[in-house]
Amino acid sequence: MENLELIVPEIFISIAIMFLLILGVFKKNSSILVYNLATISLILLLALIYNLSSISDTSLFNESYKIDKLSNFMKFLMIISGIFVMLTSSKYLQINKLNKIEYPVLVLSSILGMMVMISSNDLIVFYMGLELQSLSLYVLASFNRENLLSTESGLKYFVLSALSSGLLLYGCSLIYGFSETTNFNIILDNSNEIQYGLIFGVVFIIVGLAFKISAVPFHMWAPDVYQGSPTSVTILFAILPKIAALTVFIRFLYVPFINMIDQWQLIIVFLSIASMIFGAVAAIGQTNLKRLVAYSSIGHMGYALAGLATGTNQGIQSSITYMSIYLVMNLAFFSCLFMLRKNDDYYEKIEDLSGLSKNHPLLAFSFLIILFSLAGIPPLAGFFAKFYVFMSVIEESMYFLAVVGLLSTVIAAFYYLRIIKIIYFDPEKHKYETNHSVGLKITLILSTLFIIVYFIYPSGLTEIVSKINVI
Amino acid sequence: MFSIGLGHYLTLAAIIFTIGVVGIFLNRKNIIVILMSIELILLAVNINLVSFSIFINDISGQIFSLFILTVAAAEAAIGLAIIVVYYRNSGTIRVEEIDKLKG
Repeated sequence: MENLELIVPEIFISIAIMFLLILGVFKKNSSILVYNLATISLILLLALIYNLSSISDTSLFNESYKIDKLSNFMKFLMIISGIFVMLTSSKYLQINKLNKIEYPVLVLSSILGMMVMISSNDLIVFYMGLELQSLSLYVLASFNRENLLSTESGLKYFVLSALSSGLLLYGCSLIYGFSETTNFNIILDNSNEIQYGLIFGVVFIIVGLAFKISAVPFHMWAPDVYQGSPTSVTILFAILPKIAALTVFIRFLYVPFINMIDQWQLIIVFLSIASMIFGAVAAIGQTNLKRLVAYSSIGHMGYALAGLATGTNQGIQSSITYMSIYLVMNLAFFSCLFMLRKNDDYYEKIEDLSGLSKNHPLLAFSFLIILFSLAGIPPLAGFFAKFYVFMSVIEESMYFLAVVGLLSTVIAAFYYLRIIKIIYFDPEKHKYETNHSVGLKITLILSTLFIIVYFIYPSGLTEIVSKINVI
Repeated sequence: MFSIGLGHYLTLAAIIFTIGVVGIFLNRKNIIVILMSIELILLAVNINLVSFSIFINDISGQIFSLFILTVAAAEAAIGLAIIVVYYRNSGTIRVEEIDKLKG
């Protein structure tokens, strides 16, 4: 029998999903109970994943499922952010009457799909994980079903995401045909001589994955979906699927297709440069904060891809570090966004931030820290994230990529600084309520503290990440 | 006479795949047509997988195509459900009128 204890986390969360679904159906008015139980089961899941962190790299089920340092660390990141997403959005869901029992169940099942994606070492397993994730996210995006914008964003996400899954599958079928297997390790063995069919397959798969992490030129869904879906879903979109898709990127590029690095390296460099520039330029004219975050996350994905384009372990580690810091900054930003509430209405325009510092000095200060960190100003955490990526890029002497990255950081700083100017120097407008849920306050305090004090002990994170060696 | 080989199947799949992708981008009328195009793309992939599976004598391609069929059914169900809720809110499913979100 296989080592089933290695997939205890996946089994646990599957059982939790089914149990919560049954509980929600049979017990009336149990939405809050189900929500809290889902949060608790995520915390237990975190403990189960942590429990596995000491084991050595193993493969299960005919090497189709891989438990290693990369998968454990990425699952850990993803579940931590899942917990904080649940903590921050509980009050938002209640106020907008979205706290139905299906919501936490869908969040949990998308997390299960992402865990399968992260660990997959086989095309079929990867596809099943990807679809479980996407199907749950389609429904979540259109969860506010009385709202025109939410349903429209769900519709757009559905169409474009289904198209990208189709492209990705076509690539999978070509790779299956030309390497005669679906297993990543055997694909590596069978792809010594480079055939055109395999190159086509890799290109299709990269296109499909670039859709999922919203890299330019496959980003067109991101701003609409971020703006239209409920904010509690936007925060999910901004963090969790990106972690999972970036891990799959690492696994695809560096396990089965490492022989073809000359072929895919230029594509990744192009995606990275295009995302960095587009993310910086397109965000300048935005007025909606959620839409702005979409463009900013497109730019951030460009930096994460720059690390992947290097083809070295150091590059991979730098993009993993980038993702870890990116998720903290996004959590902090969205917690601030959840605090802009007055009379059960949430505000999401940039002009609603005007003069925030007069009435809410603490909130304005955390906005300041987060935006400086997103812009990459030392000594905050965002600076170190960019620093590691550029270090690894320069060490591979890809100077053009580094120069474009630095220039687009400067352009991107403009719109972050503009928000700070609006917060601190514009006339005051609204006075927001201050009775927020404990989870939201804790998330904001913890993430802002992380951003501020990261520079005191930066090796804490980099030491863990440096143990992840994919090649 | 000529015999039908792997190349013919792959060409057929490539043609169906292209029709599907072009159908998504050229269609300006009805969102149901987009749903049909997505279905075409997935069917093209299935043709590819099954013919590869026969010609390289390996069963996993056919298993993969069964998984794809199942997922395609689930995807179509969710897609139709989303279209229904969208229609309730906006009263139209014409593609060119789905433009409330922009900027």
